Amino acid sequence: MQRESESTEEPEPPGRRRRRREGRTRTVRSNLLPPPSAEDSVAGATKGERLQRLGCVQHVADNRLKTTKYTLLSFLPKNLFEQFHRLANVYFVFIALLNFVPAVNAFQPGLALAPVLFILAVTAFKDLWEDYSRYRSDHEINHLGCLVFSREEKKYVNRFWKEIHVGDFVRLRCNEIIPADILLLSSSDPDGLCHIETANLDGETNLKRRQVVRGFSELVSEFNPLTFTSVIECEKPNNDLTRFRGCIIHDNGKKAGLYKENLLLRGCTIRNTEAVVGIVIYAGHETKALLNNSGPRYKRSQLERQMNCDVLWCVLLLVCMSLFSAVGHGLWMQRYQDKKALFDVPESDGSSLSPVTAAVYSFLTMIIVLQVLIPISLYVSIEIVKVCQVYFINQDIELYDEETDSQLQCRALNITEDLGQIQYIFSDKTGTLTENKMVFRRCTVSGIEYSHDANAQRLARYQEADSEEEEVPRGGSSQRGSIGSHQSIRILHRSQSTKSYWRTGSRAEAKRASVLSKHTAFSSPMEKDITPDPKLLEKVNECDKYLAISRHQEHPLAQLSPELSDVFDFFIALTICNTVVVTSPDQPRQKVRVRFELKSPVKTIEDFLRRFTPSRLTSGCSSIGSLATNKSSHKSGCSFMSTLSNDSMLFRLEERLGQPTPAIASNGYSSPADSWEPEYPQEPQPKQELRFEAESPDEAALVYAAKAYNCALVDRLHDQVSVELPHLGRLTFELLHTLGFDSIRKRMSVVIRHPLTDEINVYTKGADSVVMDLLLPCSSDDARGQHQNKIRSKTQNYLNLYAMEGLRTLCIAKRVLSKEEYACWLQSHLEAESSVDNREELLFQSAIRLETNLHLLGATGIEDRLQDGVPETITKLRQAGLQIWVLTGDKQETAINIAYACKLLDHDEEVITLNAESQEACAALLDQCLHHVQSRGSYTPEKTESCVNVGFSSLYLASATSTVSGPSPSLVIDGRSLAYALDKNLEDKFLFLAKQCRSVLCCRSTPLQKSMVVKLVRSKLKAMTLAIGDGANDVSMIQVADVGVGISGQEGMQAVMASDFAVPRFRYLERLLIVHGHWCYSRLANMVLYFFYKNTMFVGLLFWFQFYCGFSASAMIDQWYLIFFNLLFSSLPQLVTGVLDKNVPAHVLLLKPQLYKSGQNREEYRPRAFWLNMVDAAFQSLICFFIPYLAYYDSDVDMFTWGTPITAIALFTFLLHLGIETKTWTWLNWTACVFSIFLFFTVALIYNASCATCYPPSNPYWTMQALLGDPVFYLICLIAPITALLPRLFFRALQGSLFPTQLQLARQSAKKYPKKPETTKETLAQKHFPGDTKTELSEGMNTSPFETLSKDCASEASQHTQQPSCSPKTNREPSTVDISVPLREDTVLEDLGAQAPGSSRPDEAVLEACPENSKRKPTSSSQEAPLPSLFNLPSFSSLNWISSLSLVSGLGSVLQLSRSSLQMDKQDGEFLSTPPQPDQDLHGLQGQATDYF
Amino acid sequence: MAMNYNAKDEVDGGPPGAPGGTTKTRRPDNTAFKQQRLPAWQPFLTAGTVLPTFFIIGLIFIPIGIGIFVTSNNIREIEGNVFMYYGLSNFYQNHRRYVKSRDDSQLNGDRSALLNPSKECEPYRRNEDKPIAPCGAIANSMFNDTLELFLVANESDPTLTLIPLKRKGIAWWTDKNVKFRNPPGTESLKERFKDTTNPVNWLKPVYELDPEDEDNNGFINEDFIVWMRTAALPTFRKLYRLIERKNDLHPTLPAGRYYLNITYNYPVHSFDGRKRMILSTVSWMGGKNPFLGIAYITIGSISFLLGVVLLVINHKYRNSNNTADITI
Repeated sequence: MQRESESTEEPEPPGRRRRRREGRTRTVRSNLLPPPSAEDSVAGATKGERLQRLGCVQHVADNRLKTTKYTLLSFLPKNLFEQFHRLANVYFVFIALLNFVPAVNAFQPGLALAPVLFILAVTAFKDLWEDYSRYRSDHEINHLGCLVFSREEKKYVNRFWKEIHVGDFVRLRCNEIIPADILLLSSSDPDGLCHIETANLDGETNLKRRQVVRGFSELVSEFNPLTFTSVIECEKPNNDLTRFRGCIIHDNGKKAGLYKENLLLRGCTIRNTEAVVGIVIYAGHETKALLNNSGPRYKRSQLERQMNCDVLWCVLLLVCMSLFSAVGHGLWMQRYQDKKALFDVPESDGSSLSPVTAAVYSFLTMIIVLQVLIPISLYVSIEIVKVCQVYFINQDIELYDEETDSQLQCRALNITEDLGQIQYIFSDKTGTLTENKMVFRRCTVSGIEYSHDANAQRLARYQEADSEEEEVPRGGSSQRGSIGSHQSIRILHRSQSTKSYWRTGSRAEAKRASVLSKHTAFSSPMEKDITPDPKLLEKVNECDKYLAISRHQEHPLAQLSPELSDVFDFFIALTICNTVVVTSPDQPRQKVRVRFELKSPVKTIEDFLRRFTPSRLTSGCSSIGSLATNKSSHKSGCSFMSTLSNDSMLFRLEERLGQPTPAIASNGYSSPADSWEPEYPQEPQPKQELRFEAESPDEAALVYAAKAYNCALVDRLHDQVSVELPHLGRLTFELLHTLGFDSIRKRMSVVIRHPLTDEINVYTKGADSVVMDLLLPCSSDDARGQHQNKIRSKTQNYLNLYAMEGLRTLCIAKRVLSKEEYACWLQSHLEAESSVDNREELLFQSAIRLETNLHLLGATGIEDRLQDGVPETITKLRQAGLQIWVLTGDKQETAINIAYACKLLDHDEEVITLNAESQEACAALLDQCLHHVQSRGSYTPEKTESCVNVGFSSLYLASATSTVSGPSPSLVIDGRSLAYALDKNLEDKFLFLAKQCRSVLCCRSTPLQKSMVVKLVRSKLKAMTLAIGDGANDVSMIQVADVGVGISGQEGMQAVMASDFAVPRFRYLERLLIVHGHWCYSRLANMVLYFFYKNTMFVGLLFWFQFYCGFSASAMIDQWYLIFFNLLFSSLPQLVTGVLDKNVPAHVLLLKPQLYKSGQNREEYRPRAFWLNMVDAAFQSLICFFIPYLAYYDSDVDMFTWGTPITAIALFTFLLHLGIETKTWTWLNWTACVFSIFLFFTVALIYNASCATCYPPSNPYWTMQALLGDPVFYLICLIAPITALLPRLFFRALQGSLFPTQLQLARQSAKKYPKKPETTKETLAQKHFPGDTKTELSEGMNTSPFETLSKDCASEASQHTQQPSCSPKTNREPSTVDISVPLREDTVLEDLGAQAPGSSRPDEAVLEACPENSKRKPTSSSQEAPLPSLFNLPSFSSLNWISSLSLVSGLGSVLQLSRSSLQMDKQDGEFLSTPPQPDQDLHGLQGQATDYF
Repeated sequence: MAMNYNAKDEVDGGPPGAPGGTTKTRRPDNTAFKQQRLPAWQPFLTAGTVLPTFFIIGLIFIPIGIGIFVTSNNIREIEGNVFMYYGLSNFYQNHRRYVKSRDDSQLNGDRSALLNPSKECEPYRRNEDKPIAPCGAIANSMFNDTLELFLVANESDPTLTLIPLKRKGIAWWTDKNVKFRNPPGTESLKERFKDTTNPVNWLKPVYELDPEDEDNNGFINEDFIVWMRTAALPTFRKLYRLIERKNDLHPTLPAGRYYLNITYNYPVHSFDGRKRMILSTVSWMGGKNPFLGIAYITIGSISFLLGVVLLVINHKYRNSNNTADITI
């Protein structure tokens, strides 16, 4: 929770761990030591003294987790303080307090406070509850146990997590969760390694390796905390998970650097290591994990912003009404005061109020009385509705992913309705559109391509199997079966991590992460079982055999032909150039080294571990024992000498490792389930099925691929890698360095010493664009060089081909280093490694120095399969009017091909490619493209006309014609050009161009660029944006967008943590947006509108009354009703409607994504709707006021007996109004309405019977009871609401039958064709809705014709491409479609080949495509029956708004007139003493005795 | 749909071979409520569906309206009990400060409130250091004209017969018996009110409001109670007296000349008001007010008309809708 800045700036509480405040470092020393010497504690002298006095050595930041905001005492003030940050709350409290001023009060002051207090209490209760659940989970976590070394008892004792302090020594066992940030000092691992799983932190399930601090790994005996006297200096707590720097200063003054490899982070899990000991560096809230854990985000939705604007209108209205009333009251006072009217009440001292003062008082009172206009309950209601919406989204079973057992998560509670208004989607590619499950597809070695056809067929089979699986409920699917063998152990982990989950974001995520860990990420059979290419396999075998024979010769590799040598190296590189950790399913990752005897009772411990969760493993002594013996006996000989002297490193070079033990008899890969053989415990586990845990799926894919060629990685330690070959046996490579992958270098390298040649080799694997540039330049003079060049160009060609296929390409290269070169490089590298300042920079430089002059071995193509349903989803989203941009870091070709595969790009359409080398070029290209696009735009209107003319007879003709003019093009831009285009000068042009394009594809873009693009579109186009991604590189984009969606996939939780919504798969986006987004928007929009209507109407009643009470701010409605009306009586039905109403059923929305546009265009809640609603509210309040007024005119009715029916009428009117607006009536709606009425009358009856003298001034004793006996009450309760709603009902009916909107048509059709499983879908799809084509055309008439056409055609086209899968129509005539596709593909391929942006080439393509379309035309026109009704309807709907608007506004003005004339009449009557109408009535009263006195 | 899920549920309950088999999936419940599939009535507002509503409204409202109208207009013969009202116009009894200016506790006979009235009564709370009973502006402005009705025997004979006017039975029963009470005690009313003074504008103290009936004095005087029920609108009438019907044979007020004697105490010029006296009988729905009847008839007719309009529209455009449906 704490941010870095806070934690560094906050005053240090006493008892905190001492830090050196003056520096930017913190010093940590053992808690077991006597008090530090004086010079260290100068800074905190007083504190130190105090502590010493207490006899305590270390004063200590404890590991207590406290995420609660409040304590019992601080809750009330703090919570209130927070709530008053909301302006609305302040306003309401202000109004309520105003009531305490006697001169202006309108209600009993206490009563006026009630609603505000209620609202505050509800919020406070919610906060309290949240805080309490936080407290409970904190408590649970704080009371987890772990072993801490105790000074008193001289051994490790069990303590709670919260009792751990900085400087404590903690001992952790396998599968335990790390309680704090701990510096690793000792490990049971002979190499001082420790593996941790960081799933809780970043969701990555692969193991990360951590290393004991240098100088501690070679301790002979078990690490003894008591002897630890070194001082650790490190950074202040910060939230950078990927960085840790510091140094440890030993007693003898020696320093050793500390890096992130030495730090165990809180929340991770120890794996694969029996026991580790470390010293706590950061505890509690200073741990990196907690510093990273920022709270939930608050976003304000678009609708809410619009609503706030309307709230301001309401404020204005309120002020106007109050002002009007105040002026009125002033005048009225002036008139009656002089005459000392009987009803004029002077001030308490007898003096009379001056009219001006009275007006001011009246103004304030009016504000109180009319406060309802600013809906106090609106905010609360919206929050309730949103929570319910989130609940329903979470509960949607169709958003539940079977495979990962996860459902959609809403992380942001307050932007659900934004989902219904998205205009732009920015998507990542890898892992979002694709599975991020890498499958080795093909490779090229030494210029020869191996196509792996069998492999391709196998993949195709999987694909089929997959789709079959979808239909058949999968029972014990193959995928799970294959990993079933290690299931048991995984379950262990899982139960553990579920129990002691660790909160990064929410409980749910921790749980989910643990579930994820059950499925080991990259081990589906599809990726594992690779069918080798026979040719290549043969070559590998040849190598292998040959080397097996010649291994003892001087230069075994030299005898091989260069090609075979390359093949061999290629596979060695595939196998070892990575960071893959090998595990065996039935084993914990217990490391066994061949040249050591095995630690004694491993087998039993493992069994033990398997059965019990380790946290309960109390008898860990045996493993400790083994750790000790192991260390003592073997450490000295084997370990990596990590002293920093170069001499010793070089010395090691000379040292020759012993040959590994001879090969194990046969390769046992085919029999994976062989059990552990107790007789040969020292042998590694070759008979086990090996599992490769990789940091990225690519790596795993390559290792599995190599394994398919019998070149299997069997063991990886930090200083050696073992590879198993059938003939050659086990080869152990001494691993000298691993230069990890980073996104800047885009490659990784390993430096090894080859066991056969004893040479030092560098194997590099990286993106082709990078690696190809780093190759050793070859002179074209000699044959060898020419050959090399040929290989390179061939490889490059194949690379291009792979990219065309949408494969991810990697180049494999090698470099042989001479010892001198290596020594030279090593020196600088070690310097870089040991430097404390800008170590990263130096290491980067060092890596660059090494990775040059490479020899190209080959290249691989890895397939990243599209996720299920991606093309369909994209098509649907397109139809829904969403613009989809793909922002990817991948290379252009790959991206384009994936884009084609997922229907983002269409082969029909023109693709503009923007690749610029410089700013100027970019500007020029942009201009050119713009010109091109605009020139298309300029002649398109003519086309459109013709298109429309013909289009009525046949829709397909229209689409055919439009293909000639072409749908809007797509834009492909690479990262470099994007950088130029995003420049201030060009961004407008770029945006303008991008806006014209159907889809935009940004390749090779950096995370920053991604977010810049989103920001640009958001700010410049004022569009609603959604960003979806799965990886850390998408985080910035996700955060910038209006709605951020994270894919809770395989690349960790970072994207999810940053997102507002997390979906398991891309395809769920469709339902999330098109169904839930639409519903949420429509529900909330209607509810907000209804709220405004309701409050205005209610306030209107009070306002009209002012004309009859001298504008004295009097209210005929009892204050209780006035205050609780909104809160109690009329709140429930609208909430039910707001939560449950469905304007269109889900299946219709999905079938007709076009309906989504209503949200984008904000059709439901636009200013016009707001004002129409306000006018209607004014009208209704007039009716509801004047019907009772006239009915009770000149009667003996008293004020509140008259006001109560008005309240009842208002309630009925509200309910009826809601009834008209409600689209679906469930029993809940009925119940809510009945409940509302029931509640009102019950409360009224009880209230009116409760007290004879209370509740001044209304004193409504027995009023309701009396009214219930009065027939007039029932009569006006019947007529007034109906009269008030007649116009609305009538216009709704008119609109519903004359100018139905798309949504209404869709609803209607849904009603006619209720959802039936399966069959309906097809029939519906087939008929694709009458309103669809109709209104789309008519829409077009209103907007620009160009746009319509393209939309129309686009949807047509997409329908066409989509159909083959489902529609029976295309089944009937498959020929047309089948023929057209390949032909057009060709043209596009050509087109792609040499694409000069803005050139005229697309025209050619179009020309070629043209005959196709014309061919298609006749058949399709016969298919598609002409729609005669089309002639009529467009004109209707174009008239739609105009006519309805004029009608309604006309009505409004009429009303306005009648109202004012009414007032005039009335006032005349009052002021001028002309006998008004009622008097004449009296005359007519039998003429008996109407006398004026 | 549902079947699909069930099938999957069974088979895919958990990872195969999981020990114990107690796996908890996060699969949401497939209930109608959670999946938002509650059975629902989905009205669709078109001319066709709505027009019956309009006709029904018309058909119900017009008869009701006629009924009310007839009833209201039948309040003619002064038969049965006749109610005598006084009417005031332009009198703002609903003025905010006016409405508040009373003390219900005092009126309910609370002794402490009697002697120490609520602050709301200011400036009519105390007069010369004595508490005012009843306090407040409402009470202070009580209507205090006296009306007497005489029947002139005939044209020639000017003898006047006083029509007996009943002073009781004009207030709400609950007001008279629950809300308003005299201060407790067995002494005479005068004793009980002895420490109080009458409102400034009053000529008589509160315990002498009805000289004829001892039980109709003090706070429970019905004229007073009626006045204290503040009128909703500036033009109002209040019940003054009841003329009871003596027997069934004669009308309560037979045709003839009447003579109204007014003791003029109440000034209306100060507020440009007027006073009226109204005699009326009541029907089941109160006094004569033709408005409701007319309103019902009007609204019923409008509704009927709109129904017809919708019928036409429905007839005219149904075809196009249908064709659209067919062409699908």
